[in-house]
Amino acid sequence: MKKHVIALAAMSLSLVAGSAFAQLNDTLAKIKSSGTVNLGVRDSSGLGFTIGGGKYVGFHTEMAERIVDDLKKVTGNPNLKINYQVITSQNRIPLLQNGTIDFECGSTTNNVARQKDVAFAVTTYVEEVRIATKNNSGIKSVKDLNGKTVATTTGTTSVQTLRKNERASGIEFKEVMGKDHADSFLLLESGRADAFVMDGSILAANIAKSKSPKDYAVVGEVLNVEPIACMLRKDDPKMKVAVDDSIKRQIKDGSLAKLYDKWFMQPIPPNNVSLNMPLSESNKAAWANPNDKPMEDYAKK
Amino acid sequence: MLNMDWAVFCKDTITGDVMSGCLGQGRDITYLNWIFTAWGWTVSVSLTALVIALVVGSVIGVIRTLPDSPWLVRLGNTWVEMFRNIPLLVQIFLWYHVVPALIPPMRDMPSFALVVIALGLFTSARIAEQVRAGVQALPKGQRYAGMALGFTTPQYYRYVILPMAYRIIIPPLTSESMNIFKNSSVAFAVSIPELTQYAMQVGEETSRPVEVYLAVTVLYIISALVINRIMAFIEKRSRVPGFVASGTGAGGH
Repeated sequence: MKKHVIALAAMSLSLVAGSAFAQLNDTLAKIKSSGTVNLGVRDSSGLGFTIGGGKYVGFHTEMAERIVDDLKKVTGNPNLKINYQVITSQNRIPLLQNGTIDFECGSTTNNVARQKDVAFAVTTYVEEVRIATKNNSGIKSVKDLNGKTVATTTGTTSVQTLRKNERASGIEFKEVMGKDHADSFLLLESGRADAFVMDGSILAANIAKSKSPKDYAVVGEVLNVEPIACMLRKDDPKMKVAVDDSIKRQIKDGSLAKLYDKWFMQPIPPNNVSLNMPLSESNKAAWANPNDKPMEDYAKK
Repeated sequence: MLNMDWAVFCKDTITGDVMSGCLGQGRDITYLNWIFTAWGWTVSVSLTALVIALVVGSVIGVIRTLPDSPWLVRLGNTWVEMFRNIPLLVQIFLWYHVVPALIPPMRDMPSFALVVIALGLFTSARIAEQVRAGVQALPKGQRYAGMALGFTTPQYYRYVILPMAYRIIIPPLTSESMNIFKNSSVAFAVSIPELTQYAMQVGEETSRPVEVYLAVTVLYIISALVINRIMAFIEKRSRVPGFVASGTGAGGH
């Protein structure tokens, strides 16, 4: 008896898995038949975050909602619902591959390693790695970091960027790694570190949230450029075309620029402070020529 | 099913090229060089904290069993309850962020020292409890016998009570010494570049978290096992034939 139950369970499992896999390379068909889009969102990133009560907001989250509006036309199903699914840096790729989410717009860097597992829509945000420091520190560029203590966050690519710059410019500094961005900023605030090297949007968000934002400045050259894009399942050309078309439309009719202004230049929740981050040159370039080039191509320039 | 790529440890940490011989030179280091540095941090944090924990734990444990010193006993009890009832991670943050804000000279202390103090004092409370248990496990007659011989309190502790008490508590002390290695992983939260931080950072850099976590796990096991063997050796060498803690299971008093 028990054996039968197990066999039955295994069979039904394989059936479910089979039907799921059948639709995984045609996300549009899956969305159309189910009437729901499982959208991957971030709960505490600069480009997508929660304001509590199950509400997800942010530049990329709102952009994704507009993409879903366009998908309604593409699939011919005007009643598509969005099911918000919170993802993290660790689980976003597996959840996309197993069909838990249909696509995600958060803060995923498009790089060669990830392109082996997933596809990316055209780049909608270009992140610049910069240096944040206190106004009175006298640090103006990378070479001023010589002999200083520099904070960065464990588990980010900025650590590698920092090492590369250290080697290239022949300077020597002490590196401390905070366990998360808030912790790294605390290192800077409490004077344990002289500078904090991280993605520009994260630096701006932490400075805006700090006790006295005017004491801090983002200085120096751009240490690294990373294209951030919506992540899609690999080998699903129809979905990629649909999402790319929607993004290109948003760029062309100026709605994406308005959205950028709303989230980066105007006061935003939860603290009603403005990040005050004008659109960067590299971001303008990405919008002028929509593309899905990985990070490695940016470094070649 | 899993596609392991162990060559990841031979890669240079900046260029990502696989180095011949797996080890880099000078400023060019591989992930293998780095994991040994990280292991070094784990071992130094753990061993230094263990020394503090043993010394402070023994003192506190002993004063909790002193006769006719109610205030010292209360001090010992407060110490144990305070360090035992606050989560370790919270204690680490207290030492790192709060104490230096209250006592300005501590601002210049390296984070290594603060972590070692935090981990050492946390473990000292646990060791104090074991020392107290060891002392109280001895029959009252031992204490009286010492006193009857004319020993002062420090003398009968030194020559009669503690030699027996420590033998009794070697097994729980072994666990505590192994725990300190595992607990040292919270040091990553205050920027000590030890094994756990290595795992998080390198897992992200190389996109090979499975191999990285496996290697780190093996190093933790080796560290804890070495401590375990050392303690087992001490236990064997300090055994008193016929005494309760001789490990035969028979006897008692």
